Amino acid sequence: MAILQCDNLSFGYEGRALIRDLSFSVQAGDYLCVVGQNGSGKTTLMRTILGLQSPLSGRVILGDGLRQNEIGYLPQQTLIQRDFPASVEEIVRSGCQGRLGLRPFYSAAEKQRAREAMEKLSVSELARRCYRELSGGQQQRVLLARALCATEKLLLLDEPVAGLDPMATDEMYRLIEGLNQEGITLIMISHDLHYALGHASHILQIGRDWFFGSKADYLRSPTGRNFLRAGRGER
Amino acid sequence: MLQQLLTYLEYPFVRYALIVGTLIALCSSLFGVTLVLKRFSFIGDGLSHVAFGAIAVASVLRLSSDMLFVLPATVLCAVLLLRVGQNAKIKGDAAIAMMSVGALAIGYLLMNLFSTSANISGDVCSTLFGSTSILTLSKAEVWLCVALSILVVAVYLLFYNKIFAVTFDESFARASGLSVNACNLLIAVIIAVIIVLAMNLVGSLLISALVIFPALSAMRVFRSFQAVTVCSAIVSVCATLTGMLISILAETPVGSTIVAVDIAVFALFSLAGKILKRA
Repeated sequence: MAILQCDNLSFGYEGRALIRDLSFSVQAGDYLCVVGQNGSGKTTLMRTILGLQSPLSGRVILGDGLRQNEIGYLPQQTLIQRDFPASVEEIVRSGCQGRLGLRPFYSAAEKQRAREAMEKLSVSELARRCYRELSGGQQQRVLLARALCATEKLLLLDEPVAGLDPMATDEMYRLIEGLNQEGITLIMISHDLHYALGHASHILQIGRDWFFGSKADYLRSPTGRNFLRAGRGER
Repeated sequence: MLQQLLTYLEYPFVRYALIVGTLIALCSSLFGVTLVLKRFSFIGDGLSHVAFGAIAVASVLRLSSDMLFVLPATVLCAVLLLRVGQNAKIKGDAAIAMMSVGALAIGYLLMNLFSTSANISGDVCSTLFGSTSILTLSKAEVWLCVALSILVVAVYLLFYNKIFAVTFDESFARASGLSVNACNLLIAVIIAVIIVLAMNLVGSLLISALVIFPALSAMRVFRSFQAVTVCSAIVSVCATLTGMLISILAETPVGSTIVAVDIAVFALFSLAGKILKRA
């Protein structure tokens, strides 16, 4: 059974649909890249999958015993966060919020989980540092560690390398692929089609004509070829 | 001077005032951090004006205890403001401005039309700037204040991790299954309770200072949420006690003296923050 399945999903804002009747499914271990132009609804799709907004029609079905609050999410950074006085450890721990339920405080196991996530993303030595004083790449790794606290199965990443310099970008991609190899399913919004075609297992292109399928199918499809040509033309 | 102070402390109303002042300072500073970080500072300001209007209504109706009317009215407005903010027909800040100025105007109008005492401007002045009400607290009011303070601190401690999650990243908190709306509602209700409590101390115009200054001061120097919260609580209690003692000894108005001390502390912390950054 698929870990995530979308059936005839229509979503958008205030009753106006951005995308109609989108259907696709993600199997455990897949690496799905979501591509499309700005404003085509990539982030809105993610918010719909996460249950932050309800679909206008259609359904999002989670499989493999995955619960709604067990999806890890790496959102785009907000303005508030750039000036927020919080230590790295506090932020990573807040990723365990979904496990907390009605309990007021984190258990020893949850604190350990946060430590392991920091270890994995090599931010352990930053644990006591203040978030707003970190570099962009370090901040993204901290937020990814937080997302990792929330899930063992599925991560949703919204442009994880936006605004990073080339070195930090490579590092981020390397870490993300490492997580995928450990068996975590990934859905990532990306502007970098070149990268997506190099590393993802599946491509979902959304926009007026959407496409979903494996990478090889995408390269053969007219949609994919058009998008690639347009991408080259821009450069 | 110490002698003079000790003489004053023998009066029960002075002791009441100091107890209540400390508790209010503690409560207001705890939620100040969240308010400042969520860019909600104006909600505090708006609600304090609403509380002024409610007091006017209470005095017109000649209620024996203001608090029993003012508290529910302010809490109700806090809930309304949050709902309006979500519906976005009238944007959040405009709704707050509308409600706060409206309550202020209607309150003053009511006090004038149905004056219950000879000295209206004196009444208005003491409600706005809290000149004497802190020294005229009854024993029952002190106990009510103690009970509400304990409630506020308990709620803060129990919801500390959730408040942090909601303040830092609402989307993520919502995605991990936290009921963000309920949390925001809780924060708004508690803020309303704090504001009604603090009106006794500094009056309705100066409450925002009590909520915001300690948090801003702490944020200049400290870098983790926990440290900022603890520091702002300590700063707030110390500044309030200092302000009250100065005002007793120098016979200055309580509210404005406390705020003046808060401003001085903020200047000091800003300086300290600059120096620490350079080092």
